[in-house]
Amino acid sequence: MPTKIEVRNVGKSFPTDNGRLEVITDLGFSVDDGEFVAIVGPSGCGKTTLMNIIAGFLAPDTGAVIVNGVERNGPNRKGIMITQQGSVFPWLTVRQNLLFGLPDELPNRAALADEYAALVGLKGFENNYPHELSGGMLKRAEIARALVVKPEILYMDEPFSALDALMSLRMQNELLRILAKEKHTVMLITHDVEEAIHVADRILVLSPRPARIQASFDVPFAHPRKLSSPQAQALRVAILKELGVEETI
Amino acid sequence: MVGEQNKMKGAKQALPSILVIAVVVGIWWAAVVAAHSAIFPTPWAVVTGTVELAADGTLWEHIGASLMRVGVGFGIAVAFAIPLGLWMGWVRGAFMTLNPVFQILRPISPIAWIPIAILWFGVGNASPIYLIFIASVFPMIVQTTVGVHTIEKRYLRAADNFGVTRKKLFLQVVIPATLPQIIVGMRIGLGVAWLVVVAAEMIALHSGLGYLIIDSRNAGNRYDLVIAGMIIIGLIGLALDGFMRLLEGMKIVRWRYAH
Repeated sequence: MPTKIEVRNVGKSFPTDNGRLEVITDLGFSVDDGEFVAIVGPSGCGKTTLMNIIAGFLAPDTGAVIVNGVERNGPNRKGIMITQQGSVFPWLTVRQNLLFGLPDELPNRAALADEYAALVGLKGFENNYPHELSGGMLKRAEIARALVVKPEILYMDEPFSALDALMSLRMQNELLRILAKEKHTVMLITHDVEEAIHVADRILVLSPRPARIQASFDVPFAHPRKLSSPQAQALRVAILKELGVEETI
Repeated sequence: MVGEQNKMKGAKQALPSILVIAVVVGIWWAAVVAAHSAIFPTPWAVVTGTVELAADGTLWEHIGASLMRVGVGFGIAVAFAIPLGLWMGWVRGAFMTLNPVFQILRPISPIAWIPIAILWFGVGNASPIYLIFIASVFPMIVQTTVGVHTIEKRYLRAADNFGVTRKKLFLQVVIPATLPQIIVGMRIGLGVAWLVVVAAEMIALHSGLGYLIIDSRNAGNRYDLVIAGMIIIGLIGLALDGFMRLLEGMKIVRWRYAH
């Protein structure tokens, strides 16, 4: 598999009242085309900052992010970000939200929007406004809006953390179902180790601030995965241990 | 079922305020009778005065004249304030340059502009229209600018992510995101406009509800018509605000008011 994203010696610090706060130091890894990489780390370790740098919303102080062999310079529609808060426009209907990212001159754009609404299970809700939808449906709308522009990469920053545990699990399965149909490169940031084991091909563990890659775990299990399997539980314990949580099976 | 229950509930909630109005009218009536006032009218005199004005058509002329002035002055202010407010909200340089000027002009009472309005526009319709413009334009500029400044970053970021054109960014993100604040500005602006038209009509002109009040006093102490004019001004002001509130019910802005 060719390399899709290369994060090369990235460093970032922010000014504070007590001098500069080093958030990320000399952090590097790469993601293959079509790979699903999850990043877990202690809270406040700079996961979101890292994601913002990789997606192009924030420039690194040192190092570079190379996507498709070209140095990243600002965000673009080839890599769509999905965050915990969500950014579905509340003043547009579901269909209008899906149409938003599609160029006006694109033929059949309305049909394409409806196709993706149906793909995420929002058929019949195309004309609804976001405030008329539940939290889970809103997430579906956001995923559909991202996928309809056919991005190469999805950047997901705690996408399901605002949902309740059951809905979060449902959305993970939903995401896997959609990704099986359309292969994308995915980067997922989460604090939920089980979520990472459930969906990712590889899990990177970040160190406490300043963040660097502390460990990397392959997740070799075939989908659909059973988190209760001894192998999955052993992996979970190993990752939690890296995060400083000792636990026995 | 639910609709009927809501109606019942609405009627129940309105009951106390209807009672208060009834008590105020009762006290007014009793006080006028007890004081044997020859000039201050009873509520009934106000009602007959109003009927008299409505019957000979002058009431409608005055209402029409006032509404026309407010409509034109407020309309010009909307057309001026919303584009300007959007521009000031979006372009930092425009805000830094223009905001201090508007902040100085804003606290000046529109009434203070009356001499200048007469100097510039004479005593025709243009003077009150100008005063209404001056009164309502600043709140709308300020609210629109604040609206743009308070657009949540996540939405601008999403627009940035999809790499849309500038036109699309404005039409589908900036303007709809600001619309709830624009409507708040318009409510404030229309309220001030209605206050000012009455004041402006008291100074000059030969029509309008402000003129009706002053003329009724000057032409034979017709205080029944003075009070009739005041009550009509209040009711129309309430109706105008109710009309602006309808805008808040539009689906495109419901997200802002629903929570």
